[in-house]
This record gives sequence, C-alpha cells and structure tokens, in this order.
Amino acid sequence: MKRLKPTNSGSNSSPQVPREVNSRAQLRDLQRAMASALFRPLTSQWGMQKRWTDGGSMEAVAAEFIKPNDRLSSFERLEIYNRQYWFRTLDCLYDDYPGLRAIVGERRFMKLATAYLSRYPSNSYTLRDLGNRLEQFLSEEPQWSAPREQLALDMVRFEWAQVVAFDGPAKPPITPDDILDSPPSKLRLGLQPYLSLLELNFAVDDFLIAVKKRESDVLRGEASNAMEAAPKSAVRRKRVRLPKREKVYLGVHRHNNMLYYKRLDPEAFAILSLLGSGSTVEDACLEAVTARERTNIDWSAQIKDWFDAWSTLGWFCRRS
Amino acid sequence: MPANAFNGFTEYGVGIGLRVPHYRHILAKKPVVDWFEIISENFMVDGGRPLEVLDSILEQYRVVQHGVAIYFGSADKFDREHLKRLKRLVKHTNTPWLSDHLCWGSVDGRYTHDLLPMPYTFAVARHTAEKIRAARDYLEVPICVENVSSYAEYHASQMTEWEFLSEVVELADCGILLDVNNIYVSSQNHNFDPYAYLNNVPHHRVGQIHIAGHSKFEKYILDTHDHPVLDPVWKMYAHAIKLVGNTATLLEWDDRIPSFDEVHNEALKANKFREQQLAASTA
Repeated sequence: MKRLKPTNSGSNSSPQVPREVNSRAQLRDLQRAMASALFRPLTSQWGMQKRWTDGGSMEAVAAEFIKPNDRLSSFERLEIYNRQYWFRTLDCLYDDYPGLRAIVGERRFMKLATAYLSRYPSNSYTLRDLGNRLEQFLSEEPQWSAPREQLALDMVRFEWAQVVAFDGPAKPPITPDDILDSPPSKLRLGLQPYLSLLELNFAVDDFLIAVKKRESDVLRGEASNAMEAAPKSAVRRKRVRLPKREKVYLGVHRHNNMLYYKRLDPEAFAILSLLGSGSTVEDACLEAVTARERTNIDWSAQIKDWFDAWSTLGWFCRRS
Repeated sequence: MPANAFNGFTEYGVGIGLRVPHYRHILAKKPVVDWFEIISENFMVDGGRPLEVLDSILEQYRVVQHGVAIYFGSADKFDREHLKRLKRLVKHTNTPWLSDHLCWGSVDGRYTHDLLPMPYTFAVARHTAEKIRAARDYLEVPICVENVSSYAEYHASQMTEWEFLSEVVELADCGILLDVNNIYVSSQNHNFDPYAYLNNVPHHRVGQIHIAGHSKFEKYILDTHDHPVLDPVWKMYAHAIKLVGNTATLLEWDDRIPSFDEVHNEALKANKFREQQLAASTA
C-alpha cells in the first residue's frame, strides 16, 4: 500500500490506496484516494496534474488502483473523472454567480471558483448548495476579488439570497386578523425564511439586472447566429459599468413563486431587522425611527404603509 | 418484467424525463405522456417554484422518482437529512418505485456530484446491498438500482460488472433499472460484450429500462445524454425487451435539450420494439 500526502483540497487525512477491497474500511480508503485525485485542480490546459501532492508521479498513483486498457493509461482514465468533476462544479458556479463573474472578470472568476472549491469542496448532496460558503471564502481570502473585495462580497451575499428566495422554506403568512387583538407593545412577528434582508454598500441589484440583460442579449445573438463568428473578446468589451459606492437596503424574496428584490428605506430595513431578531413591533418601530435625520415625515402613516405592503407580500409569519 | 414487485406491479409504457426547458410547454399544452421521471434531488427543496411545478405535473401525470445522490456504494453512512427529505418527497409523489444508481459519489461528507464506479468485490456487494435494504425499509417503497456508465476499472475488482450487479440485487432483494445505453458505453470503454451483460443479469428483477444518447471520442465514449439514441443501443433495447418483456422505458435527454416534441418522439420510437415483442409473445 502506498501512503499519500494530503491534497490541496482542504483535507488533512492521508488516503491509502488499497489493491484489495475486502472490507468497508478498504472501500473507504479507495474512495478517499479517488476523491482526493478528483478534487485536485486541473492544469491550465484542463488536464490532470502530473504530480501528486508529495511530488511523486501521478501516473504511478493512478496505476495503484486504476487498470489501464488498450487505449488509455490509468492516468488518462482517472483524468476523465477529474475533468468531469471540475467541469460540472465550475459550470454550476459559473451559472449561479453571473454577478460575481462580471465583477472579477471571466478568467479570474475561474481561478477564484477553483480556489474556493479546493478549500471548500461540496458538502451537500445538491449542487444548489455549492456556493453556500462563498461569502465566507471571500471574507477569508479577499485576494481573489481584489481590488473589488467589498463589491464582490455584496454581490455574493445578494446572489446567495436569491438561491434562498427561489426555493427556501415558507411558513403560513400571518393575516391582519391573526394579530388583531395583539397590542404592538407585546406583538412579535417572524419573517419568512425565504426573505433575506441585505445592507449593501453598492447597488448590486441594478448591476446584476444589467449583467443579466447583457448576457441574454449575447445569447439571443448566438441563437440567431448573429454573434457566431464574433471573437469572445468582442463580448468582453461590452462589460457593464461597475456600480458606484452607495448604501442600499434590499429585501430579497419571492411572491407567487417569482423572485424579487425590493429596495427598502433605511428605517424600514431597521424595523424588519429588529423584528427578525425578536423585538416587539412597538420597540422595533420606535428604535428604527428615533434619532433618524428624516424629520419631515409622518412616521405613523409611513409605518402603516410599510406594514400593509409587507403583510400583502406575506413576509410575516409566526415566530418559531 | 412488465409488472413486478420492483416496480410496484405497474404496467407503465414509455416516458421521458421531466426537464426545466419543457416546463412551460407541458404545463400549457398538457401533451399526452405515459409517465414522467423526475430527478428526486431537484424537488427535495422546501418551497418555491420547483414544488409548484411538481404539484401541477402530479395533477395530470404519473410520476416516478429517480435519484442521483443516495450513493448506495459510498462507504459512508447515509446522509440522514437526504433520506428524510427523500421520504417526504416519496410520500408527496406516491411514486410506485424509486431508482438510484449502483455507484458511490461522496466520502467523509465531501461530494463529487458524480456517479463513480464501484470496485466489484463480494465485500462491497454485501455492504451495498445492506444500504439498499436499509434505504428501502426507511423509505417504504420498492427500489431499483441502475447500472452506471464508467470510464475506469479497479485492480481490486473480483468479478464482472454484471456479476456484481446480480450479486447486489440478489442480496438486497431489490430491482434493476437496466440502462442499456450505459451498458453499451461501458462495453466500449472496457472491451466486453454488451449482450453477455444483458443475457446474464436476473431478468425477473428488471423494473425499468433507460435509453439515452452518448458521444464518441477518439479513445472512449462518454455518456452525455445529449443526442438521440444510437442504433447499437436500439438493437440492445430490442434484445433487452425480448429478455425482460415490455418493461417501463424512459428516454434520458439532459444536455442540449431540444423541443419537447423532439424528445418525446425519440422516446416513442421504443414502441416499435415493444409492439414487435408483444406480437412475438402473443403469436
């Protein structure tokens, strides 16, 4: 048996490659070895790395457990799976994070995504969750999005919120009748689990709409063959202008199973955030509007309008 | 076999996979389709549009669940959250049987999102069969395991793939989802006779058949599901039907998906072979 050093996939274990698999432990060793090989990033030519993590020959490692045939070596057979893993996962992130891709650029996005998956391989049975630690990763390793670290973080939070809003859980919404007899000083409301409240430093919502429009224009062009001969660099020249720094408050949610993002006033955002963290309706409203600079507003009427709108959207539910 | 314990004693005909690009067409036009196969994991969510679509489909059509991530062959124990959600979906769809692959795909809680081949050994067959039995007992639904297409073989293997499949399903007392395209792809990649495979699996355990297209490369074949079914696979399908009878058949088309009608018409070509088999069996 050959003892292998850890891969750069974040695992600290040293997988062994058994020649025989006569127990569950040996099956696990074989699967660890193969998974470690699959999780290793591809070369710039989209091939399997020639060297294992200890500097030894990858061909020799593959030959330990994979049979060659009359057309392919052990290395080449394992490489098929190595490529499939990266093509599948990178494709998934590419499709799910067009905003982040537009911010860092296509080529850097692939490097960022590879680094992310190397540090945080998928921990879920569904590819839906593949980006669930992307925000954490960009916080820990900001160099991948430099010099636009804050913008990239805002975008990733926004794009993940859309994943949650698309198919996240919903609770029965509270109707006005449900809370008719509850005084605001005692009433605590829950927020729908699919609703994300985001305090952002850039208008990533407008930016993402523009990015998606550009991508759909390009796709339409491809479908009609109008863009078929255009070099990719021509597409890249049409980059959407990056958003300027500005404070934006968003509610990312769904209504009738359609995805929406709704801009919120700062006070409205504060009320919802306080409700979400367990404040009573009265406390949330008082705290949110007290010491605000905007004084020429009829807060009672404004707050009533907000609650009417949020109630209509079904954002309130019972606290769990 | 057409109706057996492994497909809930149903007599389903030719179906197709339910795929996102066809949602609008299906919901608006309500085409006549014998049954749809859904990818379980796509609907094991908590809410939103996927479940709304599923409910609309369930109102009109028969649905069978096909999974891609149980990983009966992984050394790890089952992901309990996965099984819990799967059971909830089984109750929701009332699927007469459930299928997933004879493969592994995760280890130590890390997922490859691939259908990786097993080492064909007796110990692994026992381990895999135990997991299939445990899943069936928990999910309370018949299970059919599907043979995967593969591009690599292990030194550790002690038997052929069809011997391993037979060993597993006999030990687990479960059904087979016989993917004739996968048999063809693997036969080309590993130099074996695909008809030896077809002839030597326990035919009475076949609860469903898959057909699909594949892509040829210089040194190997990839199971891409992005083409019509190729002639060698149709020939194998005809042979399989002779062996197992008019079993529920499904066309998989997962990439470069054409119009609904094109996919459905391709699937319905299977009826030619099914009618021939019916005529032969009644003659």
